[in-house]
Amino acid sequence: MKLIKTLSILAIVVVVSAFSVNSKASPGYEVGDVATDFKLENIDGKKVSLADYTEAKGFIVIFTCNTCPYAVQYEDRIIALDKKYASKGYPVIAIQPNDPNVQPGDSMEAMKARAVSKGFTFPYLMDEDQKIYPQYGANKTPHVYILEKTNKGNIVKYIGAIDDNYKDASAVNVKYAENAVDALLAGNEVPETTTRAIGCSIKVKKSN
Amino acid sequence: MKHTLALFVLLLVSCKTDKKTDTAQTNDIKTETSTNNDVKLEIHDFNGLEPYLNRTDDKIYVVNFWATWCAPCIKELPHFEALNANYKGENVEVILVSLDFPHQFETKLIPYIKEHDLKSKILVLDDVDMNTWIPKVDENWDGAIPVTIIYNKDKRKFYDQTFTYEILENELKQFLK
Repeated sequence: MKLIKTLSILAIVVVVSAFSVNSKASPGYEVGDVATDFKLENIDGKKVSLADYTEAKGFIVIFTCNTCPYAVQYEDRIIALDKKYASKGYPVIAIQPNDPNVQPGDSMEAMKARAVSKGFTFPYLMDEDQKIYPQYGANKTPHVYILEKTNKGNIVKYIGAIDDNYKDASAVNVKYAENAVDALLAGNEVPETTTRAIGCSIKVKKSN
Repeated sequence: MKHTLALFVLLLVSCKTDKKTDTAQTNDIKTETSTNNDVKLEIHDFNGLEPYLNRTDDKIYVVNFWATWCAPCIKELPHFEALNANYKGENVEVILVSLDFPHQFETKLIPYIKEHDLKSKILVLDDVDMNTWIPKVDENWDGAIPVTIIYNKDKRKFYDQTFTYEILENELKQFLK
Protein backbone atom coordinates (compact mmCIF):
# COMPACT_ATOMS: atom_id res chain seq x y z
CA MET A 1 0.00 0.00 0.00
CA LYS A 2 2.79 2.32 0.97
CA LEU A 3 4.59 1.33 -2.19
CA ILE A 4 1.58 2.25 -4.33
CA LYS A 5 1.36 5.59 -2.60
CA THR A 6 5.04 6.27 -3.17
CA LEU A 7 4.75 5.17 -6.78
CA SER A 8 1.77 7.36 -7.45
CA ILE A 9 3.52 10.35 -5.89
CA LEU A 10 6.51 9.59 -8.07
CA ALA A 11 4.25 9.36 -11.10
CA ILE A 12 2.75 12.76 -10.27
CA VAL A 13 6.22 14.26 -9.92
CA VAL A 14 7.24 12.81 -13.28
CA VAL A 15 4.11 14.13 -14.97
CA VAL A 16 4.47 17.57 -13.44
CA SER A 17 8.12 17.86 -14.36
CA ALA A 18 7.36 16.63 -17.89
CA PHE A 19 4.92 19.50 -18.24
CA SER A 20 7.25 22.08 -16.82
CA VAL A 21 9.80 21.27 -19.54
CA ASN A 22 7.32 22.68 -22.01
CA SER A 23 6.47 25.71 -19.96
CA LYS A 24 8.58 28.82 -20.56
CA ALA A 25 7.80 30.73 -17.41
CA SER A 26 9.95 30.37 -14.34
CA PRO A 27 8.45 31.86 -11.20
CA GLY A 28 11.30 34.18 -10.22
CA TYR A 29 11.00 37.27 -8.08
CA GLU A 30 7.98 39.22 -7.09
CA VAL A 31 8.05 42.82 -5.96
CA GLY A 32 9.34 42.88 -2.39
CA ASP A 33 11.72 39.94 -2.78
CA VAL A 34 15.46 40.23 -2.14
CA ALA A 35 17.32 39.97 -5.45
CA THR A 36 20.47 37.89 -5.67
CA ASP A 37 23.81 39.46 -6.44
CA PHE A 38 25.97 37.91 -9.19
CA LYS A 39 29.47 37.91 -10.57
CA LEU A 40 29.22 38.08 -14.34
CA GLU A 41 31.71 38.90 -17.06
CA ASN A 42 31.49 42.33 -18.58
CA ILE A 43 32.46 43.23 -22.15
CA ASP A 44 35.81 44.50 -20.84
CA GLY A 45 36.63 41.04 -19.45
CA LYS A 46 36.16 42.07 -15.81
CA LYS A 47 33.64 40.49 -13.48
CA VAL A 48 30.90 42.77 -12.20
CA SER A 49 28.77 42.42 -9.05
CA LEU A 50 26.12 44.66 -7.58
CA ALA A 51 28.26 44.75 -4.43
CA ASP A 52 30.94 46.65 -6.39
CA TYR A 53 28.66 49.68 -6.43
CA THR A 54 29.20 50.86 -2.89
CA GLU A 55 27.72 54.31 -3.57
CA ALA A 56 24.60 53.10 -5.40
CA LYS A 57 21.14 53.54 -3.90
CA GLY A 58 19.79 50.86 -6.16
CA PHE A 59 19.97 49.40 -9.64
CA ILE A 60 18.15 49.30 -12.95
CA VAL A 61 18.87 45.70 -13.97
CA ILE A 62 17.84 45.07 -17.57
CA PHE A 63 17.93 41.67 -19.25
CA THR A 64 18.53 42.58 -22.86
CA CYS A 65 20.44 41.43 -25.92
CA ASN A 66 21.71 42.39 -29.37
CA THR A 67 19.33 40.34 -31.45
CA CYS A 68 15.79 40.90 -30.20
CA PRO A 69 14.06 43.61 -32.23
CA TYR A 70 12.30 44.91 -29.11
CA ALA A 71 15.62 45.17 -27.29
CA VAL A 72 17.05 47.06 -30.27
CA GLN A 73 14.08 49.45 -30.24
CA TYR A 74 14.89 50.23 -26.61
CA GLU A 75 18.69 50.57 -26.84
CA ASP A 76 18.74 54.36 -26.98
CA ARG A 77 16.26 54.55 -24.12
CA ILE A 78 18.39 52.22 -22.00
CA ILE A 79 21.39 54.47 -22.60
CA ALA A 80 19.25 57.49 -21.67
CA LEU A 81 18.14 55.78 -18.43
CA ASP A 82 21.76 55.26 -17.38
CA LYS A 83 22.71 58.82 -18.28
CA LYS A 84 19.83 60.18 -16.25
CA TYR A 85 19.97 57.92 -13.20
CA ALA A 86 23.53 56.60 -12.72
CA SER A 87 24.61 59.92 -11.21
CA LYS A 88 21.55 59.85 -8.95
CA GLY A 89 22.53 56.45 -7.58
CA TYR A 90 20.60 54.13 -9.89
CA PRO A 91 22.98 52.81 -12.57
CA VAL A 92 21.82 50.54 -15.38
CA ILE A 93 23.24 47.01 -15.27
CA ALA A 94 22.51 45.21 -18.55
CA ILE A 95 22.62 41.41 -18.58
CA GLN A 96 22.58 39.40 -21.80
CA PRO A 97 20.87 36.07 -20.98
CA ASN A 98 20.85 34.24 -24.34
CA ASP A 99 23.10 31.29 -25.06
CA PRO A 100 25.40 32.42 -27.91
CA ASN A 101 25.52 28.88 -29.32
CA VAL A 102 21.79 29.14 -29.92
CA GLN A 103 21.86 32.85 -30.81
CA PRO A 104 25.28 33.63 -32.34
CA GLY A 105 24.44 37.34 -32.62
CA ASP A 106 24.62 37.49 -28.82
CA SER A 107 28.20 36.28 -28.41
CA MET A 108 30.60 38.21 -26.18
CA GLU A 109 32.33 39.55 -29.32
CA ALA A 110 29.01 40.74 -30.75
CA MET A 111 28.08 42.29 -27.38
CA LYS A 112 31.39 44.21 -27.33
CA ALA A 113 30.86 45.45 -30.88
CA ARG A 114 27.32 46.57 -30.10
CA ALA A 115 28.34 48.33 -26.89
CA VAL A 116 31.10 50.21 -28.69
CA SER A 117 28.99 51.24 -31.68
CA LYS A 118 26.12 52.44 -29.49
CA GLY A 119 28.37 53.94 -26.82
CA PHE A 120 27.01 51.99 -23.85
CA THR A 121 27.84 53.83 -20.63
CA PHE A 122 26.91 50.85 -18.43
CA PRO A 123 28.16 47.29 -17.95
CA TYR A 124 26.85 44.77 -20.46
CA LEU A 125 27.24 41.40 -18.77
CA MET A 126 26.94 37.87 -20.09
CA ASP A 127 24.85 35.43 -18.02
CA GLU A 128 27.16 32.72 -19.24
CA ASP A 129 25.89 29.86 -17.08
CA GLN A 130 22.30 31.04 -17.50
CA LYS A 131 21.84 30.87 -13.74
CA ILE A 132 20.94 34.47 -12.97
CA TYR A 133 18.02 35.21 -15.28
CA PRO A 134 15.94 32.22 -14.03
CA GLN A 135 16.41 33.35 -10.43
CA TYR A 136 15.10 36.79 -11.35
CA GLY A 137 12.34 35.18 -13.39
CA ALA A 138 13.24 37.05 -16.56
CA ASN A 139 11.73 35.23 -19.51
CA LYS A 140 12.18 37.70 -22.31
CA THR A 141 14.26 40.59 -23.54
CA PRO A 142 14.03 43.37 -22.64
CA HIS A 143 12.89 42.71 -19.07
CA VAL A 144 13.53 45.32 -16.37
CA TYR A 145 14.07 44.80 -12.62
CA ILE A 146 14.50 47.89 -10.48
CA LEU A 147 16.15 47.17 -7.15
CA GLU A 148 16.46 49.33 -4.05
CA LYS A 149 19.51 48.83 -1.87
CA THR A 150 18.53 48.37 1.78
CA ASN A 151 20.01 46.84 4.93
CA LYS A 152 18.23 43.61 4.05
CA GLY A 153 19.70 43.50 0.55
CA ASN A 154 18.61 44.64 -2.88
CA ILE A 155 14.83 44.66 -2.81
CA VAL A 156 12.87 44.25 -6.05
CA LYS A 157 10.68 47.33 -6.46
CA TYR A 158 9.60 47.12 -10.09
CA ILE A 159 9.36 44.38 -12.75
CA GLY A 160 8.39 44.91 -16.35
CA ALA A 161 8.74 47.20 -19.32
CA ILE A 162 10.63 50.45 -19.80
CA ASP A 163 7.61 52.38 -21.08
CA ASP A 164 4.36 51.92 -22.95
CA ASN A 165 5.45 52.46 -26.55
CA TYR A 166 8.21 50.27 -27.96
CA LYS A 167 7.72 51.76 -31.39
CA ASP A 168 8.17 55.44 -30.80
CA ALA A 169 9.97 56.98 -27.85
CA SER A 170 8.43 60.37 -28.58
CA ALA A 171 4.90 58.97 -28.35
CA VAL A 172 5.32 57.36 -24.92
CA ASN A 173 2.52 58.09 -22.47
CA VAL A 174 3.83 56.38 -19.33
CA LYS A 175 7.52 55.93 -18.49
CA TYR A 176 7.13 52.99 -16.12
CA ALA A 177 10.82 52.54 -15.28
CA GLU A 178 11.54 56.25 -14.81
CA ASN A 179 8.44 56.68 -12.67
CA ALA A 180 9.62 53.83 -10.45
CA VAL A 181 13.11 55.26 -9.94
CA ASP A 182 11.76 58.79 -9.43
CA ALA A 183 9.43 57.47 -6.74
CA LEU A 184 12.25 55.58 -5.00
CA LEU A 185 14.53 58.64 -5.10
CA ALA A 186 11.74 60.72 -3.57
CA GLY A 187 11.09 58.10 -0.90
CA ASN A 188 7.64 57.33 -2.28
CA GLU A 189 5.89 54.12 -3.21
CA VAL A 190 6.42 52.98 -6.82
CA PRO A 191 3.16 53.92 -8.61
CA GLU A 192 3.00 50.87 -10.89
CA THR A 193 5.09 47.94 -9.65
CA THR A 194 4.62 45.45 -12.48
CA THR A 195 3.88 45.90 -16.16
CA ARG A 196 3.82 43.58 -19.13
CA ALA A 197 5.21 43.74 -22.62
CA ILE A 198 5.86 41.52 -25.58
CA GLY A 199 9.47 40.47 -25.84
CA CYS A 200 11.73 37.81 -27.31
CA SER A 201 12.01 34.54 -25.43
CA ILE A 202 15.38 33.82 -23.85
CA LYS A 203 17.44 31.35 -25.89
CA VAL A 204 18.33 28.49 -23.56
CA LYS A 205 21.46 26.37 -23.90
CA LYS A 206 20.68 23.06 -25.57
CA SER A 207 21.16 20.19 -23.16
CA ASN A 208 23.21 18.04 -25.54
CA MET B 1 -5.76 62.67 -67.28
CA LYS B 2 -4.21 65.40 -65.17
CA HIS B 3 -6.11 64.09 -62.17
CA THR B 4 -4.93 60.56 -62.77
CA LEU B 5 -1.36 61.74 -63.00
CA ALA B 6 -1.72 63.77 -59.84
CA LEU B 7 -3.20 60.78 -58.05
CA PHE B 8 -0.38 58.62 -59.30
CA VAL B 9 2.23 61.06 -58.02
CA LEU B 10 0.39 61.30 -54.72
CA LEU B 11 0.39 57.53 -54.42
CA LEU B 12 4.10 57.37 -55.11
CA VAL B 13 4.81 60.05 -52.55
CA SER B 14 2.65 58.47 -49.90
CA CYS B 15 4.27 55.08 -50.42
CA LYS B 16 7.65 56.61 -49.88
CA THR B 17 6.67 58.49 -46.76
CA ASP B 18 5.08 55.35 -45.39
CA LYS B 19 8.37 53.55 -45.57
CA LYS B 20 10.35 56.36 -44.07
CA THR B 21 8.12 57.11 -41.13
CA ASP B 22 7.54 53.61 -39.91
CA THR B 23 9.20 54.28 -36.57
CA ALA B 24 7.15 57.41 -36.09
CA GLN B 25 3.79 55.89 -36.87
CA THR B 26 0.96 56.97 -34.67
CA ASN B 27 -0.76 54.37 -32.55
CA ASP B 28 -4.32 55.12 -33.53
CA ILE B 29 -4.36 52.49 -36.24
CA LYS B 30 -7.73 50.83 -36.24
CA THR B 31 -8.20 48.36 -39.00
CA GLU B 32 -6.40 48.64 -42.25
CA THR B 33 -4.97 46.45 -44.91
CA SER B 34 -1.55 46.45 -46.43
CA THR B 35 -1.41 44.93 -49.87
CA ASN B 36 1.55 43.36 -51.56
CA ASN B 37 0.60 41.52 -54.73
CA ASP B 38 -1.80 38.86 -53.59
CA VAL B 39 -1.15 38.89 -49.82
CA LYS B 40 -3.46 41.21 -47.91
CA LEU B 41 -2.68 41.82 -44.26
CA GLU B 42 -5.55 42.42 -41.91
CA ILE B 43 -4.15 44.77 -39.29
CA HIS B 44 -5.90 45.54 -36.02
CA ASP B 45 -5.35 47.32 -32.78
CA PHE B 46 -6.52 45.34 -29.73
CA ASN B 47 -10.10 46.59 -29.95
CA GLY B 48 -10.21 45.24 -33.47
CA LEU B 49 -8.69 41.91 -32.47
CA GLU B 50 -10.75 41.30 -29.33
CA PRO B 51 -13.88 39.97 -31.11
CA TYR B 52 -11.75 37.20 -32.64
CA LEU B 53 -10.91 36.04 -29.12
CA ASN B 54 -14.53 35.96 -28.01
CA ARG B 55 -16.64 34.40 -30.75
CA THR B 56 -19.81 32.68 -29.56
CA ASP B 57 -20.67 30.57 -32.61
CA ASP B 58 -20.29 26.79 -32.77
CA LYS B 59 -16.68 26.76 -33.93
CA ILE B 60 -13.57 25.88 -31.99
CA TYR B 61 -10.93 28.57 -32.38
CA VAL B 62 -7.21 27.95 -32.07
CA VAL B 63 -5.52 31.34 -31.74
CA ASN B 64 -1.73 31.45 -31.82
CA PHE B 65 0.31 34.60 -31.12
CA TRP B 66 3.55 34.58 -33.12
CA ALA B 67 6.02 36.67 -35.09
CA THR B 68 8.56 35.97 -37.82
CA TRP B 69 11.35 37.19 -35.49
CA CYS B 70 10.38 34.62 -32.82
CA ALA B 71 12.31 31.40 -33.44
CA PRO B 72 10.22 29.05 -31.26
CA CYS B 73 7.08 30.45 -32.92
CA ILE B 74 8.36 29.68 -36.39
CA LYS B 75 9.30 26.20 -35.28
CA GLU B 76 5.78 25.33 -34.16
CA LEU B 77 3.89 27.21 -36.88
CA PRO B 78 3.72 24.22 -39.27
CA HIS B 79 1.82 22.29 -36.58
CA PHE B 80 -0.87 24.96 -36.54
CA GLU B 81 -1.03 24.91 -40.31
CA ALA B 82 -1.37 21.14 -40.26
CA LEU B 83 -4.07 21.32 -37.59
CA ASN B 84 -5.98 23.84 -39.67
CA ALA B 85 -5.80 21.61 -42.73
CA ASN B 86 -6.67 18.39 -40.90
CA TYR B 87 -9.61 19.74 -38.87
CA LYS B 88 -11.17 22.18 -41.28
CA GLY B 89 -14.15 19.89 -41.78
CA GLU B 90 -14.73 19.65 -38.02
CA ASN B 91 -15.62 23.26 -37.33
CA VAL B 92 -12.15 24.23 -36.22
CA GLU B 93 -10.54 27.52 -37.23
CA VAL B 94 -6.90 28.37 -36.67
CA ILE B 95 -6.08 32.08 -36.37
CA LEU B 96 -2.46 33.18 -36.45
CA VAL B 97 -2.03 36.56 -34.76
CA SER B 98 1.23 38.11 -35.92
CA LEU B 99 3.07 40.53 -33.65
CA ASP B 100 5.53 41.51 -36.35
CA PHE B 101 6.76 45.08 -36.51
CA PRO B 102 5.01 47.41 -38.96
CA HIS B 103 8.34 48.29 -40.59
CA GLN B 104 8.82 44.59 -41.33
CA PHE B 105 5.39 43.83 -42.82
CA GLU B 106 6.73 44.17 -46.35
CA THR B 107 10.23 42.88 -45.74
CA LYS B 108 9.58 39.95 -43.36
CA LEU B 109 5.95 39.07 -42.74
CA ILE B 110 4.49 39.09 -46.25
CA PRO B 111 7.48 37.24 -47.76
CA TYR B 112 7.16 34.64 -44.98
CA ILE B 113 3.44 34.15 -45.59
CA LYS B 114 4.09 33.76 -49.32
CA GLU B 115 7.09 31.50 -49.02
CA HIS B 116 5.35 29.11 -46.65
CA ASP B 117 2.00 29.48 -48.37
CA LEU B 118 0.19 29.88 -45.04
CA LYS B 119 -3.46 28.87 -45.29
CA SER B 120 -4.69 29.67 -41.79
CA LYS B 121 -6.36 33.01 -41.16
CA ILE B 122 -3.71 35.60 -40.36
CA LEU B 123 -4.36 38.74 -38.36
CA VAL B 124 -1.78 41.34 -37.44
CA LEU B 125 -1.95 42.97 -34.01
CA ASP B 126 -0.36 46.41 -34.01
CA ASP B 127 -0.99 48.03 -30.65
CA VAL B 128 1.85 49.52 -28.60
CA ASP B 129 -0.05 49.68 -25.31
CA MET B 130 0.89 46.14 -24.37
CA ASN B 131 0.48 46.57 -20.64
CA THR B 132 -3.20 47.21 -21.27
CA TRP B 133 -4.00 44.49 -23.77
CA ILE B 134 -1.75 41.60 -22.66
CA PRO B 135 -3.78 40.89 -19.49
CA LYS B 136 -6.97 41.09 -21.56
CA VAL B 137 -5.73 38.18 -23.67
CA ASP B 138 -5.01 36.25 -20.49
CA GLU B 139 -4.41 37.33 -16.91
CA ASN B 140 -1.47 34.92 -16.61
CA TRP B 141 0.39 36.03 -19.72
CA ASP B 142 3.37 38.30 -19.20
CA GLY B 143 4.15 38.85 -22.85
CA ALA B 144 6.64 36.23 -24.01
CA ILE B 145 5.57 34.47 -27.22
CA PRO B 146 4.50 32.03 -28.49
CA VAL B 147 1.23 31.61 -26.62
CA THR B 148 -1.97 29.95 -27.76
CA ILE B 149 -5.63 30.06 -26.82
CA ILE B 150 -8.07 27.30 -27.69
CA TYR B 151 -11.69 28.21 -27.08
CA ASN B 152 -15.27 27.68 -28.02
CA LYS B 153 -18.37 29.34 -26.64
CA ASP B 154 -18.30 27.23 -23.46
CA LYS B 155 -14.67 26.66 -22.69
CA ARG B 156 -11.32 28.40 -22.97
CA LYS B 157 -7.74 27.39 -22.29
CA PHE B 158 -4.56 29.48 -22.42
CA TYR B 159 -1.21 27.83 -23.22
CA ASP B 160 2.03 29.56 -22.30
CA GLN B 161 4.13 26.91 -24.01
CA THR B 162 5.27 25.57 -27.35
CA PHE B 163 3.61 22.64 -29.08
CA THR B 164 4.43 19.52 -30.99
CA TYR B 165 1.70 18.45 -33.41
CA GLU B 166 0.70 15.58 -31.12
CA ILE B 167 0.30 17.75 -28.03
CA LEU B 168 -1.59 20.39 -29.99
CA GLU B 169 -3.94 17.82 -31.48
CA ASN B 170 -4.53 16.25 -28.06
CA GLU B 171 -5.46 19.63 -26.64
CA LEU B 172 -7.84 20.28 -29.52
CA LYS B 173 -9.46 16.89 -28.93
CA GLN B 174 -10.41 18.01 -25.42
CA PHE B 175 -12.63 20.55 -27.15
CA LEU B 176 -13.97 18.18 -29.79
CA LYS B 177 -15.42 15.79 -27.21
